[in-house]
Amino acid sequence: MESNKLMFILFGAMIIVFSILSVTSRRILRAAVYLLLVLISTSGLYFMLNYQFLAAVQLTLYAGGIVVLIIFSILLTSHINERMESIGWKKAAFSAISVIIGIILCCTTILQFRFNASTIAAKEINMGVIGRELLGYSQNGYALPFEVISILLLAAMVAAIVVAKKEKAS
Amino acid sequence: MLNYGIPLQYFLIVATIMFFVGVYGFLTRKNLITILMSIELMLNSVNINFVAFNKYLYPDKLQGHFFALIVVAVAAAEAAVAIAIIINIYRRFSNINVEEVNEMKY
Repeated sequence: MESNKLMFILFGAMIIVFSILSVTSRRILRAAVYLLLVLISTSGLYFMLNYQFLAAVQLTLYAGGIVVLIIFSILLTSHINERMESIGWKKAAFSAISVIIGIILCCTTILQFRFNASTIAAKEINMGVIGRELLGYSQNGYALPFEVISILLLAAMVAAIVVAKKEKAS
Repeated sequence: MLNYGIPLQYFLIVATIMFFVGVYGFLTRKNLITILMSIELMLNSVNINFVAFNKYLYPDKLQGHFFALIVVAVAAAEAAVAIAIIINIYRRFSNINVEEVNEMKY
């Protein structure tokens, strides 16, 4: 149990520190790398909760796919050594104050609410269960969201190609 | 509550801090790609919430797990479309700073 706590503290600290660095770093490529580290530590949290499939999806799709896409677009649109101009202190201060108020409000609400932790034994999750539930159309099936997400992905793919396509010179 | 030695609230607090850090980035950044990165942070923190609720409150079901999977897929689609738009904007304005890209029609 102690090693569990240690891992949680490690991942939680990594998430918080690197997410703050990724929104305050003035070099955009470094910000992308910090985002990558945040996503990897999030998948570590999923591994801790025993959701191996979700953690693998997080690693491959988020940390592998989206971050690579973001880094590609950074390389296409800005110079690597370029530093972003610093933000005005007024904007930074007001944003920080509102964000800190939000954090305090949410955290007090979370700490006051008494969650009733379930005592039911956790479900054994393997690929068979995930596949059957994802494509099942009975009570525990998720076939409809699966189909909706596939249509959304198709639409997004077509839209991305159409938008990024070069226009013909007219 | 001491399911794994860690109370549920700790997960929620980590996710809350991550979400509001994303909000801070969204408010202060000017570059379109960094704004997109802040949105990814927020989506990711919501995912942590879903998964933690699923594990601690309804461990015999998989709703939060599948919702997190679908959010990941939506985030991927959103990032692809957003980056296509950003590249198109860069082609027209040679710039992706939100304060200088203020014309809807060129």
